[in-house]
Amino acid sequence: MKELAGIYIIWLRDVKKFFRDKPRIIGSLAQPAIFLFILGSGLAISFQVFGGGGGKDYLEFMFPGIIGMTILFTSFFSAMSIIWDREFGFLKEVLVSPLSRASIVIGKNLGGSTVAMIQGSIILIFSPILKIPITVVSILKLLPIMFLTAMVISSLGITLAARLKTMQGFQVLTNFILMPMFFLSGALFPLVDLPKWMAYLVIINPLSYGIDAMRTVMLGNSYPQLHPLYINVIVLSAIIIVITFIGILLFNKQE
Amino acid sequence: MSNNIIEVKNLVKKFNNITAVDNISFSVKEGEIFGFLGPNGAGKTTTINIICTLLSLNSGDVTLCGYNVLKDKNKIRNCIGLVFQDPSLDDRLTAMENLNFHSLLYNVPRKLIKKRCEEVLETVDLTNRKNDLVRTFSGGMRRRLEIARGLIHYPKILFLDEPTIGLDPQTRHKIWDYIIKLKKNQNITIFLTTHYIEESEICNRIAIIDRGKIIAFDTPEALKDMVGMDIIIISSKDNNKLKFYIEKKLNKKVEIHEDDNIKFEVKNSSNFIPDFIKNCPVKITSINARKSTLNDVFLNLTGREIREEYMNAKDNFKLKMRFRTRM
Repeated sequence: MKELAGIYIIWLRDVKKFFRDKPRIIGSLAQPAIFLFILGSGLAISFQVFGGGGGKDYLEFMFPGIIGMTILFTSFFSAMSIIWDREFGFLKEVLVSPLSRASIVIGKNLGGSTVAMIQGSIILIFSPILKIPITVVSILKLLPIMFLTAMVISSLGITLAARLKTMQGFQVLTNFILMPMFFLSGALFPLVDLPKWMAYLVIINPLSYGIDAMRTVMLGNSYPQLHPLYINVIVLSAIIIVITFIGILLFNKQE
Repeated sequence: MSNNIIEVKNLVKKFNNITAVDNISFSVKEGEIFGFLGPNGAGKTTTINIICTLLSLNSGDVTLCGYNVLKDKNKIRNCIGLVFQDPSLDDRLTAMENLNFHSLLYNVPRKLIKKRCEEVLETVDLTNRKNDLVRTFSGGMRRRLEIARGLIHYPKILFLDEPTIGLDPQTRHKIWDYIIKLKKNQNITIFLTTHYIEESEICNRIAIIDRGKIIAFDTPEALKDMVGMDIIIISSKDNNKLKFYIEKKLNKKVEIHEDDNIKFEVKNSSNFIPDFIKNCPVKITSINARKSTLNDVFLNLTGREIREEYMNAKDNFKLKMRFRTRM
């Protein structure tokens, strides 16, 4: 009970701060909009020029990927706010409290994931403009998948943040972890007939399972699927458990 | 014996090869104001962090409210309130939200949270700002809010690590008023650190700490008695004659101070001065007496003064950050 109250308040803090920061909500729509409307439309035309199917199909294919991208960045940045909290002293206030390290990690993860899920759902407002078919049912299926994907990324971010003392390492992480994760996630191109080394990287990329699952619940099997939905869900859940566990260990060890 | 709420025995803490805390032992009595006085980098914060379970120790034994600091971390965390040296509020939340956050972390019963928040806000005079974002608060207000926050869960011991660092004198004064008021109203033990000498005089007992060691440990009065002397500085029309008079007739050691002042020490300046003026053969142009301070004690013990020059680059940076975030 007391641990639940702690998890709740850590979650609440992140969610409250998210809704309070209206410029951030609007600002973070810019990146997905650029990807969808400029890169997406541009690539769709080039696929027509170089032969192949209709251009609209590519936008449809890309759409779940862009939701995935939004979730990737939002939840990772949320997790990284731990480093800010460390730098500005707030983390100490949490660490010296009687709340267990496990609850701190879980509360933080749920907070970041909720924010990422909301941010990801906001992308859905672009779907009528791009004429992408979505139904209430597909949205209801999409939400838990978004949340699960966000939790994977959050747990990864939190675990890294346990060891990162300053924001300086952050740029490196963005370049060496976030960008490869994004490009190898199947967000922008289907992950079929890849060179061997890339295929391996896709297997260990947690985001590829999330985006595959999102595409399946949004668009059915009209595009190449990596795995059946249930496999994706199982793999995502397993990764969350393992990484969260490592994160808790690291926070416990920390001085 | 049983009224020692904190007991520290032979505590040692090393960071790599640097010994930050070097085999110190002390105890704090329940209900007292206990102070750690020393220059920056003396090991004050390190010791507090160990007592508060935030840092591990290399050797030694620390108990707090009867709990061992290594074994019963959570029990200790429940019975202490902590105001850190560095600011630790979330400035994008309101004062009330910060307090609410803390209450839930510390498992304050739901029904009591609102009442306690109001109560502590009242104590530090922030009731009318409770729904404002902390970003809009001044440095002193933030500090008061942090003290309020440290009190919500009714801790047995309140730790104040440099509670007034970086604040202007007026605000510092106010913060100390709150602390004294607090002490009067609730029977709480207060453990504070400071490098401002005058501030440590409100303590019941003081440990002077330097380079990881406790070099003196007593009441402020007893410590000052150790130096024992009041300092008298005079100047006159004829300093040589005066010097001769003081040395030969009064048998005091005299030093000629800068600007041709004559400086010497007496036991009790208030009794000494009237007689001295009456009997002095030379016309005195100015006379100045100063009670000994804890700075003299520190000077006496270490040969150095407690001053800001011990502040290293990191502290300096931290201070700057503080001002920046407190704008």
